Amino acid sequence: MAQRITTTLTINGQRQSITATEDTPLLWVLREQLKLTGTKFGCGVGQCGACTVHLDGKPVQSCLSTLKDVAGKSVTTIEGLSKNSSHPLQQAWIAEQVPQCGYCQSGQIMRAAGLLKETPRPTREQIVEYMSPNICRCGTYARITRAIERAAKELV
Amino acid sequence: MKPAINTRRRQFMVGAAGFTFGVAVGAPALLVGDTQAQTSSVKLNNWVTVFADGTVAIKSPAAEMGQGSLTSLPRIVADEMDADWSKVKIDAAAVGDKIYGNPGRGFHQYTAGSATVTGYFNNLRQFGAQVRHVLMDNAAQRWGVPLAELSTQPGVVLHQQSGRKLTYGEIAAFAKIPAEAPQITVEPVATAEFRLIGKDIPRTDIPGKQDGSTQYSIDVQVPGMIYGAILREPVEGAGIAKVDDAAARAVEGVINVVPLKNGVGVLAENPWAAFQGRKALKVTWGNKAPGAGFSTNGGYAQFSAAAKDPAHPVIDWEKRGDAAGKINSAANVVEAEYRSDYAYHAQMEPLNSVAAVSPQGDAVEIWCGVQSQTIAVTVAAQALGIPESKVKFNHHLLGGGFGRRGNRDADFVLDSVLLSKASGKPVKVMWTREDDIHSGRFRPLYVNRLRAGLDASGNVTGYHHRAVCDHVMAFMDPVRYQQVKGRDGIALNGIGVGSYEIADRASEGVLVHTGMRTNPLRGIGFTANSFATEVFIDELAAKAGVDPVAFRLRMLKNDARGRHVIEETARMAEWQRKRPGHGLGIAYVNYSGTEIAGIADVTVDKANGAIKVHNFWCTIDCGVAVHPDNVIAQTESSIVYGLGLALIERISIANGAVEQSNFFDYHVPRMRDVPQMHIKLVQTKNHPTGAGQMAVPLVPSAISNAVFQLTGVRLRQQPMLAGRVKTALLDSGITVA
Repeated sequence: MAQRITTTLTINGQRQSITATEDTPLLWVLREQLKLTGTKFGCGVGQCGACTVHLDGKPVQSCLSTLKDVAGKSVTTIEGLSKNSSHPLQQAWIAEQVPQCGYCQSGQIMRAAGLLKETPRPTREQIVEYMSPNICRCGTYARITRAIERAAKELV
Repeated sequence: MKPAINTRRRQFMVGAAGFTFGVAVGAPALLVGDTQAQTSSVKLNNWVTVFADGTVAIKSPAAEMGQGSLTSLPRIVADEMDADWSKVKIDAAAVGDKIYGNPGRGFHQYTAGSATVTGYFNNLRQFGAQVRHVLMDNAAQRWGVPLAELSTQPGVVLHQQSGRKLTYGEIAAFAKIPAEAPQITVEPVATAEFRLIGKDIPRTDIPGKQDGSTQYSIDVQVPGMIYGAILREPVEGAGIAKVDDAAARAVEGVINVVPLKNGVGVLAENPWAAFQGRKALKVTWGNKAPGAGFSTNGGYAQFSAAAKDPAHPVIDWEKRGDAAGKINSAANVVEAEYRSDYAYHAQMEPLNSVAAVSPQGDAVEIWCGVQSQTIAVTVAAQALGIPESKVKFNHHLLGGGFGRRGNRDADFVLDSVLLSKASGKPVKVMWTREDDIHSGRFRPLYVNRLRAGLDASGNVTGYHHRAVCDHVMAFMDPVRYQQVKGRDGIALNGIGVGSYEIADRASEGVLVHTGMRTNPLRGIGFTANSFATEVFIDELAAKAGVDPVAFRLRMLKNDARGRHVIEETARMAEWQRKRPGHGLGIAYVNYSGTEIAGIADVTVDKANGAIKVHNFWCTIDCGVAVHPDNVIAQTESSIVYGLGLALIERISIANGAVEQSNFFDYHVPRMRDVPQMHIKLVQTKNHPTGAGQMAVPLVPSAISNAVFQLTGVRLRQQPMLAGRVKTALLDSGITVA
């Protein structure tokens, strides 16, 4: 049986002490304990990307990261991506009118932010390859692509 | 500037059904803006409140599930009342069919069928015009001038002769509201000049969707709340024989285990414990399920036999002339069978709800995103045996709907109500993705059989379409099923010939009680019936030796809008230009008045049968487009949804149970699957019709027709899985590398 542990994480720049069973996915710690509900539950098995956050600066699926795995590490969620939605991706998401239902979009933006960190001027093909782990059931993919290209121009 | 109300065109009428005007009769009600700045405001009708600071609050009655009506509906009101859009604030309407029901859906507060803008359009224009009239009338009385001398600019009433002005906010501070609503006939759509309608604006819901702040019901937390998960019966109606919950109760954080009618609930301190506890349940299910022995393959065999049996009882859908006689005497007869598998909604937000039943069990508060607020309230009231007035319903934006969240039994709302009642605490029940699939409610399984005669010149002489599928409405909405007397449009829409001129025709349906769970799914019956129709039309064109575009155009002599969307799509796609190694295919549908055509550009990997769609051109005419960019966005969305149904999405049934579990075996389109989309919106001065799903049914048929152009092989079953395509190619003697 999973042990209850208490550990410290840095979440959006703030150190937080968390107590939960060690196998609890980071997703549920963020959503239900810390009330950071911008990170979404979509599939629970790392297939849709709705729960994407940055762990030590790299995009991961928080439904697959257990509390034990992330102990002592630094997590950034959509709420911590920027102050006042100022990240060029967030601005581009508005400019391109990307979201429909919007449920997957936190995860899309966090994944796209990971892409632009690694590849500041991605080609269309690089965007498509990098973003394909994330599902948008409203099919906003064309606008996501345009928004990433727009943000990439802003960032350079 | 909007001119004075033209009484010739804007006549006063009496008595619009079901609507009251001027709830705040007499002196304006003082409403609280916020505690710092109390502003007086006046509620002009059930839709509009004008505040003294100029803010105009407009109610939006529909569910917002991504389709954009949260922005579009208030835009209609604002246009007619000549509001300053920058001062408009949109509030969710209260629950209630009588005031906020969709006039186009029998005054039911139910967001579905791409019927929101089209259904509310006339009434919202009238309410907006009424508000403007009352504001102008108040200004006229204050100034002592005839109303006819007044006009408006956005947010302002003007008296041009004297140069006087009053803002709507200023008028709100003294406005008197008439006891009876002035009944005003608005300018007909064909001649109306709109100021806001037809212009692009940012959607009002987008800011909260790029910073994570939008609160879906799955995000709700209320004090003292616990979590619920439910292990559901594998087949509808199986029931519970035996529960061994010892291991579940031993999971740390599990509070209780509660047997329900169709499953076993686990209550826990946190979601993870609830899910782990549920996993540890050992349940022996009953054997009462009507669908226990059902399978996809068995269903196909049964449906196919019914489709072929001339003596089988049918529901007549559309019958003109003598289809059978004309087919039998035709020079050439073409006949084909088409199949469509079950398909799943896959809305990104798994089903969920939050409920807090009062300690006495005599009231409940619910937080949920639903397609019908009034259904949700009725379900909760009936479950608890309390009046509907004791149900407080907080409606949230939906993380996708696609038809899954409008069923009459509101299964996902009931969950939290029952578990809250059982525990005496507020409960959030979340379905896992596996729950959402295993207990999905699917687009039914279809066998469509079509038969037609062609004369020597290649004209269609007689046409017959029989669709056989699971019942939908009888299962998901028995109330509506009764209202429509068994004519199940969710299952059967799209089996008629639509705009095509074929004098002698018959379309009919056979609905089968299979025991499977079904629901409307984006594109409803059109997704299967139009697939069959549009591939069959292509087969007829091929037999007649006529180009598929020309063949369709000549059957649309009296539908200029239909011809135009086809011609425009063919022009964009350069239909006549051959591309080596690529195939083009066309599809067209008149979907509830929206005219739409699409052309797919495909290649096929002959080694594995995988189809790749490179381009998709589409032209849509939905009359007046209230929010043009959103019509484009919805069409992009529909094409991607149709692509999934066409190529990869498949639910299969064995022993009555769903075989798929999650996105690793129920695949949906990802970014790498999406073609270049080229969409043209044709704006015409017709009453607006639907935009939220119209392109979905085009995609499977356009792809199948494109594969035929490329390979000469007809694909008559969707999804056109790579393995199926490879088999079809091999069967046709095409060499596979």
